[in-house]
Amino acid sequence: MLFNRKDLLGLEFLDKKEIQIILDSVKPFKSLFMRSVKKAPTLVGKTVVTLFYEPSTRTRTSFEIAAKRLSADVVNLAVNASSVVKGESLIDTGKTLAAMNADYIIIRHSMTGAPDILARNLDASVINAGDGFHEHPTQGLLDLYTIFEKKKKFENLKVLLVGDILHSRVAKSNIWALTKMGADVAVAGPPTLIPQGIEKLGVKVFYNLDEALKTADVVNILRIQLERQKENLFPSVHEYVELYQLTKDRLAKAKSNVLVMHPGPMNRGIEISSEVADSVNAVINEQVTNGIAVRMAILFLLKPKANKNAYSD
Amino acid sequence: MQEIILESADFNDAITRMSRQIFDDNKNIKNLAVIGIHGKGVVLAKRIIDKIVKLAKDDLLKIPFGTLDITLYRDDIYKRGADIPLIKETAIPFEINEKNIILVDDVLYTGRTVRAALDVLMDFGRPRSIKLAVLVDRGHRELPIEANFTGIKYPTKQLVKVDYDKNIVVKI
Repeated sequence: MLFNRKDLLGLEFLDKKEIQIILDSVKPFKSLFMRSVKKAPTLVGKTVVTLFYEPSTRTRTSFEIAAKRLSADVVNLAVNASSVVKGESLIDTGKTLAAMNADYIIIRHSMTGAPDILARNLDASVINAGDGFHEHPTQGLLDLYTIFEKKKKFENLKVLLVGDILHSRVAKSNIWALTKMGADVAVAGPPTLIPQGIEKLGVKVFYNLDEALKTADVVNILRIQLERQKENLFPSVHEYVELYQLTKDRLAKAKSNVLVMHPGPMNRGIEISSEVADSVNAVINEQVTNGIAVRMAILFLLKPKANKNAYSD
Repeated sequence: MQEIILESADFNDAITRMSRQIFDDNKNIKNLAVIGIHGKGVVLAKRIIDKIVKLAKDDLLKIPFGTLDITLYRDDIYKRGADIPLIKETAIPFEINEKNIILVDDVLYTGRTVRAALDVLMDFGRPRSIKLAVLVDRGHRELPIEANFTGIKYPTKQLVKVDYDKNIVVKI
């Protein structure tokens, strides 16, 4: 199998075959979780640095557990969000990490392309853990793995993404990957939160959730960022709940075996009702478990450059 | 150029003899378990189990069987090229504690695969004993590891392939 990459920056840049290789690699890591010793010595002596310029507990913890289960040493760099805005300081941070011989750098940044800057300047493998409104590739991959595990196929599978598509990097990574794998992707949400021209990516647009739900095999509910309401992108939380919350009644009209997903953290009672979040259709906790296995597979597959001291500008 | 180093008549004899030795060595057959190393140790392990069940003359006898992939435990994972092997399933569906385990691989050479396999097993528990069965011992060990049950000894640095369709072993 051919997977020859230093970095994981986005699913836009992977071809169908590479995505398939990643998904095919996940299961052995997941089966480690069932053993009495949940670790393998694969990355013993390697250093993984998490560099998060935006708050995150779930994704950072998931990466940390993944790296530790492969026996890597993990360093969490707490970055003061206010001190880092400019590209220069990001490269400086990168230089420091290179001098510390980090082998893998996991970065989350509010600016699109920040992981790309690091990747081009460092020998370490860079993994994008979310950049701006751009991509969140490991979340996309864990969503795909969870879908494939349950539905056993992508071809012609109808996947619906609901909510704030405009600001969601999870949605973008899902769209890039799912369309490549042959799924029929649709989005539903308020017109102000759907990017203009998204149809060009091969995505169907719905403004009416009930209509969109009728044919869906998978519904991926995105988190509503409440601060967006202050930007007047939707009139009120109450109205959003009325029109776009996935409720028990709405779910009842969808296919009985529809898969309900959410990348977390959930706003129960806003984008998803508590009953739906806890229903048999929901695979939200399985997404979390799969997230660790997927991130282990990524750490295993990526190859840092051999000479870690060389820093080219 | 391929050269046959074990003909099909002798091939079957070698597996039968190894199975007999394993059977004789394990008077308490209830504690015996067999684990094959991916890739082709798995096929050999299944054949050995079939023969042991026949020797035991007990149709109800179920010898616990597992498979093991060593990729995550390799000591050369950083030297790999673009072709990373797809990791196969490590499935050990029984409690290995207190078992007498026969670890099976088709060819023994440097000993590094067996070293990795032993480490995998230790992460599953604490067997009473582990013994090693191989069809071909190629010699040229790099680690202090020896087989307890051997089909043939054939010291060579050339690649040796076991063909389970034709039941032969060839040197390439």
